[in-house]
Amino acid sequence: MSTAIRDLHDAPAEPAVNYLNASYGIKSWLLTLDHKRIGLLYLASITVMFVVGGVAATLMRMHLVEPQGALFEPETYNKMFSTHGIIMVFFFLVPSIPATLGNFLIPLMIGARDVAFPKLNLMSWYIFITGAALALYGTISGGVDTGWTFYPPYSSLYSETHVVAVALGVFVAGFSSILTGLNFIVTIHKMRAPGMTWFRLPLFIWALYATSLIFVLGTPVIAITVFLLGLERLLHVGIFDPAVGGDPLLFQHMFWFYSHPAVYIMILPGMGVISELVTAFSRKKIFGYSFVAFSSLSIAVISFIVWGHHMFVTGQAIYAGLVFSVLSFLVAIPSAVKVFNWTATLYRGSISYEAPMLYALGFIGLFTIGGLTGLFLASLATDVHLNGTYFIVAHFHYIMVGGAVMAYLGGIHFWWPKISGRMYPDMWARISAAIIFLGFNLTFFPQFMLGYLGMPRRYAVYPAEFQVLNVLSSAGASILGIGYVIPLFYLAWSMRYGPVAGPNPWNAKGLEWTIPSPPPTENFEEVPIVTEEAYNYPAIEAHHYPDAPGVARV
Amino acid sequence: MAAHSVHPPGFAHQFETVEQQREAGHLGMWIFLATEILFFGGMFTAYIVYRALHLSSFILGSHQLVVKFGAMNTAVLICSSLTMALAIRTAQTGGSKGVVIVWLLLTMALGAAFLGIKLRYEWYRDYMEGLIPGVAWLSGGTHTPGVKMFMCFYFFMTGLHALHMVVGLGILTVLVIMTVRNRFSAEYYSPLEISGLYWHFVDIVWIFLFPLLYLIGGRYPGS
Repeated sequence: MSTAIRDLHDAPAEPAVNYLNASYGIKSWLLTLDHKRIGLLYLASITVMFVVGGVAATLMRMHLVEPQGALFEPETYNKMFSTHGIIMVFFFLVPSIPATLGNFLIPLMIGARDVAFPKLNLMSWYIFITGAALALYGTISGGVDTGWTFYPPYSSLYSETHVVAVALGVFVAGFSSILTGLNFIVTIHKMRAPGMTWFRLPLFIWALYATSLIFVLGTPVIAITVFLLGLERLLHVGIFDPAVGGDPLLFQHMFWFYSHPAVYIMILPGMGVISELVTAFSRKKIFGYSFVAFSSLSIAVISFIVWGHHMFVTGQAIYAGLVFSVLSFLVAIPSAVKVFNWTATLYRGSISYEAPMLYALGFIGLFTIGGLTGLFLASLATDVHLNGTYFIVAHFHYIMVGGAVMAYLGGIHFWWPKISGRMYPDMWARISAAIIFLGFNLTFFPQFMLGYLGMPRRYAVYPAEFQVLNVLSSAGASILGIGYVIPLFYLAWSMRYGPVAGPNPWNAKGLEWTIPSPPPTENFEEVPIVTEEAYNYPAIEAHHYPDAPGVARV
Repeated sequence: MAAHSVHPPGFAHQFETVEQQREAGHLGMWIFLATEILFFGGMFTAYIVYRALHLSSFILGSHQLVVKFGAMNTAVLICSSLTMALAIRTAQTGGSKGVVIVWLLLTMALGAAFLGIKLRYEWYRDYMEGLIPGVAWLSGGTHTPGVKMFMCFYFFMTGLHALHMVVGLGILTVLVIMTVRNRFSAEYYSPLEISGLYWHFVDIVWIFLFPLLYLIGGRYPGS
């Protein structure tokens, strides 16, 4: 990557007026209609939520160092894991990549001045903040102990915690997702620059399009579901109370009708980020563009018909279980298409290992483990053994942390020069990426073993023979925690002291790299006209190294 | 940047052409309606599942409702959809703004009439008869737990629908003000059209609610 470094030194100074300094003051941020600033508002707010959820996780892992529990009463432990799950799922992972990087990048990548509905975009953020405030209020004023799934009748009849406040927070935040998804779909349909055809779109856009479909079609169902739950708690009419004819399973069906697709809300944008990173740091076109694009859509579609695999042991009909099992296996196909296509893209590429690429490679490996262990859980017989154990915990953390969070951090590191106009210290970034990878595996791999051996999830105590693996997991969590803290420091440092990045520090393709960093408020001085397909890296390479073997002449 | 210097009324800076803005607005509303279908759909599903589980109670519950008022409200809403469509058509064909305002006000009056009938002749009556679960519920007689479940869904579904009607009335108020301020012309009437989509949607939800809650279930031969 000598080209990237050379360009960095030749880079022009930052533009005098950009979206960050175009106006000053709290008001200019809180009333902004600029998609880039709204992206940063989300970035700040979900970072706070990530810290809250992370502290809860840290406390849980500290507690589990001893078989009898080191810190809390069991009730408090219940509140810890519920807080961790609810905050991380609904207030960090779901909005993470779409609301921050998506907001920032979609108009830049498609050559638009802004999203289609800027006011709606700002409103989404306020709705999100309202939901987050409600959830935090419920957490601070006493917490919830229902787990992130809110299963009745426990959540409706027995729990004496702040279920209504937190459920209302989830309900409200859902509308933020819906409006963001709506905005993205319309933006991608109607705001593309001339020449930016559907099959010239960066794959990040395809991934966010698929994600937005789930936002729009899945989220209203969870909204109505938690609304019914709140109603049940307030009025006690017995909607989910079997004693008077209610059906708690109906809640589970409706909950997972959203919450399983929500898993793909969390992972699809990450997959989009990885497609950008893998091509940029192996200097190649993506292998099989249309397969990667359509695999995003097919994951979104299939995600809506597999929810029953969360309910194999709940008394759902055996034939329903059979069908859901088969359908769940289908998800593996488009997921594998992506993994194989990224791998094929790497093949014979000029690979370099800057920090974003380390995250991308970490993602591919960890997602593969997470995805394959998902097949264990989609099989009826093995699921009976593994359901409700730490195996499931490990599986979905490999997807959501090893996958979604790695991709999020990779994306933040890749586009940070565009967002802030500055470079961060690459060595620190690589070190923290390595620490996160090691810490993550040490935290969650032992949990696969614990689950296989039969340790149930959500318990505050465990038999002594599980202690070694639990201590390993907790040790990993502390390493992981350090890995997450380091970027906070050097990214903050870089905003003031980092070297000026210039428009395109990675020598990457894509419209967002053709404009200054940080971009001006209106993004493009003139509407760009797109004349080539995405990831035309061979063209750059041929330009820089005309005689290199294997470089296609363009 | 040519489109920016012209600045037709209601034109937003992020778009290149008026046509692009119009299409974006329409697509946005259609996607919003798709969301709404799933929103109501979740509730309809729950209702249908429970109806299948507690058929006799739900039929008994349905008999607590007065078909006459439901039918009246259905007629009122269908008429309001007509007046809404006429308001849009008047604007589209360059009719006078006074006529647009009359159609819009008529739509609002019909919407308000729907809510009035609902409140005065249905919900208030339910309240007096102790048919509101959690608020005013008299057990005994026909008021069994299954009927309570039915009434719960009845209030939940019609309440959510009424909430959408109230939002619709708010939107119509804004449209009237915009019309008074000469914001619309034969070239630009997107807000009218888009709000019309919403209004018709809320109407259609009622078209499903009415038979589901009032009509099916042994009240009439053949049903």
